[in-house]
Amino acid sequence: MKTVFKRTPTLKDCVTHYCPGCGHGIAHRLVAEVIDELGIHDRTIGIAPVGCAVLAYDYLDVDMVEVAHGRPPAVATGMKRTNPDKIIFSYQGDGDLASIGAAEILHAGHRGEQITVIFINNAVYGMTGGQMAPTTMIDQVTATTPRGRVGAEQGYPLQVSELLATLPGTIYIERCSVHDPAHIRKSKKALRHAFELQVDGAQGMSLVEMLSPCPVYWRMPPAKAMEWIENEMTKVFPLGRLKG
Amino acid sequence: MCGNEALAEAAIIAGCDAYFGYPITPQNEVPAYMARRMPQEGRVFVQSESELAAISMVFGASATGKRAMTSSSSPGISLMQEGISYLAGAELPAVVVNVMRGGPGLGNIAPSQADYFQATRGGGHGDYRTIVFGPSSVQELVDCMILAFDLADQYLMPVMVLADGILGQMMEPVVLEKKTSRELPAKDWALTGAKDRDQNIVRSLWLKEGALEAHNNKLQARYEQIQRDEVLCEQYEVDDAEIVVVAYGIAARIVRGAVTRARAEGIKVGWIRPITLWPFPTEEINKAADEFRIFLNVEMSSGQMVEDVKLAVAGKTPVAFHGRPGGGVPTVDEILDKIRQLTLRAKIPV
Amino acid sequence: MTGKDFYEEIVIAGFGGQGIMLAGKLLAQTAMRAGKEVTYMPSYGAEVRGGTANCMVVIADREIACPVVSKPDSLIVMNKASLNKFGPRLKNGGLLIMNSSLIDSKPELDDSIEVVAVPADELAVELGSHKSANMVAIGAYLQKREYLTPEDAAQALPETIARRYHKMLGVNIEALRKGGEFVRSCCGV
Repeated sequence: MKTVFKRTPTLKDCVTHYCPGCGHGIAHRLVAEVIDELGIHDRTIGIAPVGCAVLAYDYLDVDMVEVAHGRPPAVATGMKRTNPDKIIFSYQGDGDLASIGAAEILHAGHRGEQITVIFINNAVYGMTGGQMAPTTMIDQVTATTPRGRVGAEQGYPLQVSELLATLPGTIYIERCSVHDPAHIRKSKKALRHAFELQVDGAQGMSLVEMLSPCPVYWRMPPAKAMEWIENEMTKVFPLGRLKG
Repeated sequence: MCGNEALAEAAIIAGCDAYFGYPITPQNEVPAYMARRMPQEGRVFVQSESELAAISMVFGASATGKRAMTSSSSPGISLMQEGISYLAGAELPAVVVNVMRGGPGLGNIAPSQADYFQATRGGGHGDYRTIVFGPSSVQELVDCMILAFDLADQYLMPVMVLADGILGQMMEPVVLEKKTSRELPAKDWALTGAKDRDQNIVRSLWLKEGALEAHNNKLQARYEQIQRDEVLCEQYEVDDAEIVVVAYGIAARIVRGAVTRARAEGIKVGWIRPITLWPFPTEEINKAADEFRIFLNVEMSSGQMVEDVKLAVAGKTPVAFHGRPGGGVPTVDEILDKIRQLTLRAKIPV
Repeated sequence: MTGKDFYEEIVIAGFGGQGIMLAGKLLAQTAMRAGKEVTYMPSYGAEVRGGTANCMVVIADREIACPVVSKPDSLIVMNKASLNKFGPRLKNGGLLIMNSSLIDSKPELDDSIEVVAVPADELAVELGSHKSANMVAIGAYLQKREYLTPEDAAQALPETIARRYHKMLGVNIEALRKGGEFVRSCCGV
């Protein structure tokens, strides 16, 4: 019998705490696969955010640190500057990266830190109970936008990747999605490229944004959540390479 | 060489691998000096976008086993409390220098000692302490910096050096050398890539029932050991003293001027000067309070360390206070007057 | 003027740009070279140019208690505002060196205070360097106090000023000497 698919070693053999239909599991697997394929497991250090992925070190079998909300790019700066031979990645949600950590991601990109950023955009705060995120869609109902998000009151969905693409210090930015197999494959390709740039010592920050489902706080079944990414989210967050 | 530059060079002597900081008066000589010297030594200097980022960069470098530091002044240190709490929780070494200025708020840029509470009580959220030095000369500032890096690595916690605007700006002759070295534990917890070993994790989150309590108990046991082993203080002519003045940092220098003059007038006065503010020299002060003596606490604040002095004296003898808040600097004459007044009180039989 | 009891507290004051800090540093450096205990404490403010500037120097033959000077033994003032501010703080029996080029009136101070009026700006201009008035004042001060000499200060100057200003060493050393000569000729020292 021929093995056509198996768990990659850097992904631990355990059950995650993520909700059914959550996209984090897919994103974790892709990161683990890329690390193993590039053979960088022994020199990779990962940074877990505050958010649903705070326990990422329970699933990814590399050296990892969990840090204050929003600060992964600053922590990554401290790590990479003192360890230029190591591969440093941060794994951040939309609240962490686009709200409380907006200054840190902007300035890490601005300084052109040689790090890889994985940005999971699910348009909501998951861990704290489904509150509005900077990337929450207009009319989307959340715990803190009970009548749906109103642009004039709570602001419009923040397109951080587009913003970061304007900085000379960023070298590669791509928005992907994990809502179907074809897009998952594209996401992995993008992640691989982002890590490769760092392995090759390219001068600047690379970032892969992944639109990811949160069926629980989107208040819809998992299959519907995947369709919502395809039909609604990609209108506001168009997929594709923004830079590099 | 001013105090700020001397402390920066001391960090280099101590083997500091990386400096991260954000400009704020009156400590700007530190980042300027580091920006020039660190690259010369092949080490890291980054001007961060904020104090939040600076302390997080320290956190990152420290998590990989490197020696890292930052410096700031009062308002900036308030912002750093987030990272300091995380360092304490994650058991990471770091050295943080606070060249104190007047507060609250933006306050002013005059020298102050108003961050004593913040420094000695942990400062950020959670049940933790930082080792705190309160040096009173440029030489002692240098010596404390060098020791701070060793203590941080030994006890796996942030160590704070509390200076003030005067100490940071003044110049004194100074000998820059590492006098002692401690045997330090290997950093086998550091994040260096999981090569030929299991994954290392640096964390401060403990969700499992009882896990955080156990983690806290472990930290507290360490703090108790520090209180036993690491207290530093200086005593001067306490044996025959009727009045004992307690002060730290630059205030202690002014006290010294007053005590010297008071002794010349025949007043029996001595001083106790804490060099570590946490751990505090509680036992030393308590012992000195066995005899009836009036304690006088002098600070450049409205009275913060005085609470620790009172706790140490434990009600055995009176504790008086003289302080100048908001960047005010007490004069030798002011303190001398206070000592003279207390002499009259000391003569009244109890 | 030396010995175990020697303890000299000095305030130097003027406006920003007059080289007040440099004058203080030079004094401190000169004393340190002579093996004395010394502290130097600059005022630091929001001003970079203009405004007021002052520094405090303590020189002693024993350990220095306090680097903050509230009642100086000697005061060197380079402009009138500084004289008004620090003059009243001078100890009785103290020494005032004042830049008479910029201070036209006679200070109202205790009779026990010795006043030396040095036209520092004019003397510096004579040397072709109006910026060296601070050095003239330091030269005059040292000549008057005698625990160190203007020559000692000249020796310490190269290590006190940044290398990029070393082309100005010559004229500044001249200014130190000129201050000393002025005191010798006018005050009968």
